Amino acid sequence: MVDTVPAGRGITPRQRRWLRFRRNRRGYYSLLIFSVLFVLCLGAELISNDKPLLVSYEGSWYAPLLFDYPETTFGGVFVTETDYRDPFFLEQMEKPGNRAIFPINHHDFDTINFQIDGPVPSPPTTSNFLGTDDRGRDVFARLLYGFRLSVLFGLALTAVGTLIGILVGAIQGYLGGRIDLFGQRFIEIWGAMPELYLLIIFASIFEPSALLLLVLLSLFSWMGLSDYVRAEFLKGRNLDYVRSARALGVSGPVIMVRHLLPNGMTPVITFLPFRMSASILALTSLDFLGLGVPPSTPSLGELLAQGKNNIDAWWLSLSTFLVLVGMLVLLIFIGEALREAFDPRKS
Amino acid sequence: MNPVIDVRHLVKHFPLTGGLLGRKIQLLKAVDGVSLAVARGETLGLVGESGSGKSTVGNCILRLIEPDRGDILLAGQSILTLTGQELRRARRRMQMVFQDPQSSLDPRMTVKKIVGYPLEVHGLAASSAEIADRVAHLLQEVGLSSDHLDRYPHEFSGGQRQRIGIARALITEPDFIIFDEPTSALDVSVQAQILNLIKDLQRRHGYAYLFISHDLTVVRHISHRIAVMYLGTLVESATRKELFDHPAHPYTLALLASAPKPNPLLRQELAVLQGDPPSPVQVPPGCRFHPRCPHAMEICRDTEPEQHNISPTGAASPHLVCCHLYREGHRR
Repeated sequence: MVDTVPAGRGITPRQRRWLRFRRNRRGYYSLLIFSVLFVLCLGAELISNDKPLLVSYEGSWYAPLLFDYPETTFGGVFVTETDYRDPFFLEQMEKPGNRAIFPINHHDFDTINFQIDGPVPSPPTTSNFLGTDDRGRDVFARLLYGFRLSVLFGLALTAVGTLIGILVGAIQGYLGGRIDLFGQRFIEIWGAMPELYLLIIFASIFEPSALLLLVLLSLFSWMGLSDYVRAEFLKGRNLDYVRSARALGVSGPVIMVRHLLPNGMTPVITFLPFRMSASILALTSLDFLGLGVPPSTPSLGELLAQGKNNIDAWWLSLSTFLVLVGMLVLLIFIGEALREAFDPRKS
Repeated sequence: MNPVIDVRHLVKHFPLTGGLLGRKIQLLKAVDGVSLAVARGETLGLVGESGSGKSTVGNCILRLIEPDRGDILLAGQSILTLTGQELRRARRRMQMVFQDPQSSLDPRMTVKKIVGYPLEVHGLAASSAEIADRVAHLLQEVGLSSDHLDRYPHEFSGGQRQRIGIARALITEPDFIIFDEPTSALDVSVQAQILNLIKDLQRRHGYAYLFISHDLTVVRHISHRIAVMYLGTLVESATRKELFDHPAHPYTLALLASAPKPNPLLRQELAVLQGDPPSPVQVPPGCRFHPRCPHAMEICRDTEPEQHNISPTGAASPHLVCCHLYREGHRR
């Protein structure tokens, strides 16, 4: 019997997984859509803002997004920053030769629209095409900025939690023995702490901010992951290729980074989208309860709370619900496809 | 002739711990006073049941496990006291081929990376081009082609993976190679190819081999000398011919009798050993083999047997047996 290798180029395990991921069309398109939405929301200022993107006034160009211009620049009387929604400014722009290019949506997330007739929250109009919230702020703008905050927060919390989880799990799994034993007991005790109570207590002591929430949630978010990484390292450290590297005299940290980590990344990567959706949900729930980000910050949870308080204002609850569900569903589809791509039982 | 590797009275006891504070409760006597030596161009086969401590001997020699007592000399120099740079230099001269070709190759490295890794770690090559060159050369030597350089382990069959493992062991030009059951995960037909490759390489380069296996036919095929291990000690060692023609220790006799024979007409009544090997945690007093030995005598229960040389006078290599049957200078 002669052993032969089937002809074909060397495909790395990573390439194979990417091909398998792409074959799952639902997950692949979810990733595409999510990426497009993410890039778009990063440029939220260009889509929804109460300042014009560019102003051409008497022959020169101005970029109000980047610089502050006093009203005197445009022929006004106040030396304070121009209010670009002021009728005076808009009149100036009507004059021949002058132009102001506004973004698609003329509202920033905290701009209050004073030109609404009737009570707030007001239903969709041509100006606020998703209506306004109970303070007359544009719902679309708040959704857009809230989506951005949620995604960035989710990414940051996932990244921090994953890093800590990998670090703790790697140290426990590679060193084993007493460090592992005490590490596990510490995790059990730490995991039994009432997370929500701590958050409520901290929210009453400190001024709430996204950063504080990130720190507090990070304290707990790493725990589920470290167990998986620990198991991978425990399994990996006695595999022969690790032993052979040790026999060569490769040092512990190098073995961990070069051999154990790349081969132990499967649980980390497959959990990423699920962890992210969990992070976003955590932030949304805290905001809904009023324990999250400070009041003027655009947030999906705060919008949901408004929707609950103004149950007749369907444009509040329905649009927020759709954005939230859409985002979570996309993330979960991505996660499912990733999990399938990393499944060792499929070749 | 000076042995390449000389192991003297190697002892490795693993503490079994229990309780919250990790108190030592018992000792698992994996290796209990093993001495062996391998010369250049020679293959020493180390056989024994699973759990007899043969792999632990191999791991101790490479210092993957630190032995408790005894000494290991590489070309006359003890390697147990070496640290840092000197230990790395010594490790370059000793390599190991592992049992499972599936798990001994990192699935995320190409063949070039895997085989060239020792050069990279030890800084033995000037450039990556030189590494690629030497790897390609070695691949041909072990029966693969240089087309395989950029492939990943999963693209190969078991036999080919073992060839890659062998190439990795050869690249630092070692003096001494340990094979830890290198063929037990392979098909019989592939086993023969690998064994012949191993023999060929020795003929060409004069490596000293320690060949660990539980399979007597494999060991018989490849070894010059054979040492039989039972519960952490060597019970018998002799040249291959001497051991197979005149097995002396009752355990060796039982092992030989239990080896499967391809021709059913030649099969005889099996002198089946009774019971399982005792746990290395509770080693029987006296001769370790006495609870299962058909010839056990009174003395075997309390006195540990000494080593007796029973080779015919004038023989070049000693035939050593640890058994009371051969005391008082009994000679054939």
